[in-house]
Amino acid sequence: MQLVQKKQKAVAHKRNFGEWMFDAVVFAICLLIFLSIVYPLYFVVIASISNSTLVSTGQVTIFPKDISFFGYSEIFKDQRIWTGYGNTILYTVLGTAVNLLFTLPAAYVLSRQEFRARRFIMFAFVVTLFFGGGLIPTYLLMKDLHLLNTMWVFILPFSVNVYNLIIARSFFESSIPKELYEAAAMDGCSHFRYFGSVVLPLSKAIVSVIGLYYLVAHWNDFFTGLIYIRSNDLQPLQIVLRDILLSNQVFSQGAGSGGAAGGYAQQYADQVKYGVIIVSTLPILLVYPFLQKYFDKGVMIGSVKG
Amino acid sequence: MVPKNPYEHPVNLRAYKKKKPTVLNTFVRDYQLWIMILPAIVVIFIFNYIPMYGIQLAFRDYNFAKGLTGGEWRGLFYFKQFFESYQFADLMKNTIVISLSTVVLSFPAPIILALLINQLRWKRAKKALQTTVYLPHFISIVVMVGLLNVLLSPNSGVIGHLLQSIGLGNVNLLGSTSTFVPVYVLSEIWQHCGWNSIIYLAALSTVDPQLYDASKIDGASRWQTIRNIEIPALIPTIIILFVLSMGSVLSTGFEKIFLMQNSLNLPVSEVISTYVYKIGIVSNQFSYSAAIGLFNTLINFFFLYTMNLVARKTSETSLW
Repeated sequence: MQLVQKKQKAVAHKRNFGEWMFDAVVFAICLLIFLSIVYPLYFVVIASISNSTLVSTGQVTIFPKDISFFGYSEIFKDQRIWTGYGNTILYTVLGTAVNLLFTLPAAYVLSRQEFRARRFIMFAFVVTLFFGGGLIPTYLLMKDLHLLNTMWVFILPFSVNVYNLIIARSFFESSIPKELYEAAAMDGCSHFRYFGSVVLPLSKAIVSVIGLYYLVAHWNDFFTGLIYIRSNDLQPLQIVLRDILLSNQVFSQGAGSGGAAGGYAQQYADQVKYGVIIVSTLPILLVYPFLQKYFDKGVMIGSVKG
Repeated sequence: MVPKNPYEHPVNLRAYKKKKPTVLNTFVRDYQLWIMILPAIVVIFIFNYIPMYGIQLAFRDYNFAKGLTGGEWRGLFYFKQFFESYQFADLMKNTIVISLSTVVLSFPAPIILALLINQLRWKRAKKALQTTVYLPHFISIVVMVGLLNVLLSPNSGVIGHLLQSIGLGNVNLLGSTSTFVPVYVLSEIWQHCGWNSIIYLAALSTVDPQLYDASKIDGASRWQTIRNIEIPALIPTIIILFVLSMGSVLSTGFEKIFLMQNSLNLPVSEVISTYVYKIGIVSNQFSYSAAIGLFNTLINFFFLYTMNLVARKTSETSLW
């Protein structure tokens, strides 16, 4: 009897130890993943305010050294960044507003069972996810519509993203009780009114998620500027970033490579680059914590397939 | 879907009593719904369907005076030109190598990450890890490639220094034909693995808690729980996402590759989408590049269709 108990205890102990080891290993791996993501981002921050000679010789690793804000002062002097910033804010705000204005009502309509054309329209929308005209026919269409080199090319085309539409539709279908509409309709409530004063207030989570998706897509949009815009005054931030980060046109006067002052300029070029990465990503990082709690929800609804 | 009970829609009782509802005779009743969906229909029609009509450009010459449909019919001429061009083999090889290695390596990563996060017992740490791993997804591609450039630089980058200190020498990771694909794939995983794990985490959260209890009573170890409960719970999600990812096997991310290209890595980094851009938008050979683009789309569609067929035959889970 005692022996059995002892054996059981030993087994339990062994299992506890195994569990403990398991937890420790899981934790260690997770910590490693955490650091591999956080460290590069942290490094950019400290590199942007450290002496760039020390950064480029590898002496800045954990704490910033010889703090200087030269990079940032250079960035704030750069007219290109201000123009790009202004354009991108305009395109993002206006574009996201149009996106939501077009997507949410459509998603609501497609969630209504009594809307007879819903299956056909849904099918026609989903087809576009898998099949499209391709770059050249789209480019020629924009040309024919005289959208090339205008700000509207950032806002109107593709203002309805079918993935987001499906997410919103699934949410309306699954989370808004059917009885609500019946009750409202009984009191003579129209679809417009029902959507505006019942559905939308109940859908804050999904509006935030989809709004964030659209917002980030506009903010990070590089493709549209590259293909459809020639004028420098209309270029969004991402194109300016490309010039600075990748084409090495760090200083607007054209210095930065070669020449007598080239070496001096090159030394600071990296600091400007680190700073520009931060300045351009900051707005996204600022809205991120507020919307983060909705992510799981948004993706989960989206996975309830349409 | 015809509502069986007309009383489900009390307001429109009369419309239902008369005859079976069709799109036409519900048009008046649903006019508000039509108004609400109209902008979406117009936008999708103009910007998605009209370009499909423009695909015929791949079979025609482009006539600058008469526009898209005015040119002479050339049949498969431009396709032939592409298949016979000296770049065809390289483009196909590069596209397939990049996209296959991306799918093969970056597909399992979020699954493993989700299982790991799910095993993490300390709630605070779990939350912190999730917040962190989602974050890189929101970095723009330009900034991402910029980050790679400054961090991987062999002279001044922190990772460049690190590689030197462990004796991997002075490799220009972004300017060499042998390291381009690994850098591309790894940075892709770094950026999107966390975000893609959300959907698996969501699937894991729907596992019936009774299953966990039962396995505990049966004395299953944590590892056995993962293998016998959690992975089977993920299978349907895995299949759907895998089929979807096969559908874009040949549409490698244009923007990232385009931005990572330089004269040193061009032999391995020129892919169909970047080639279409250069031929079409930069050198204005519209018909030729439309043909290449169409070829690309068709191959993608073929992959999607076949994979879906396989999935349906073998597992009863499929897209349609």
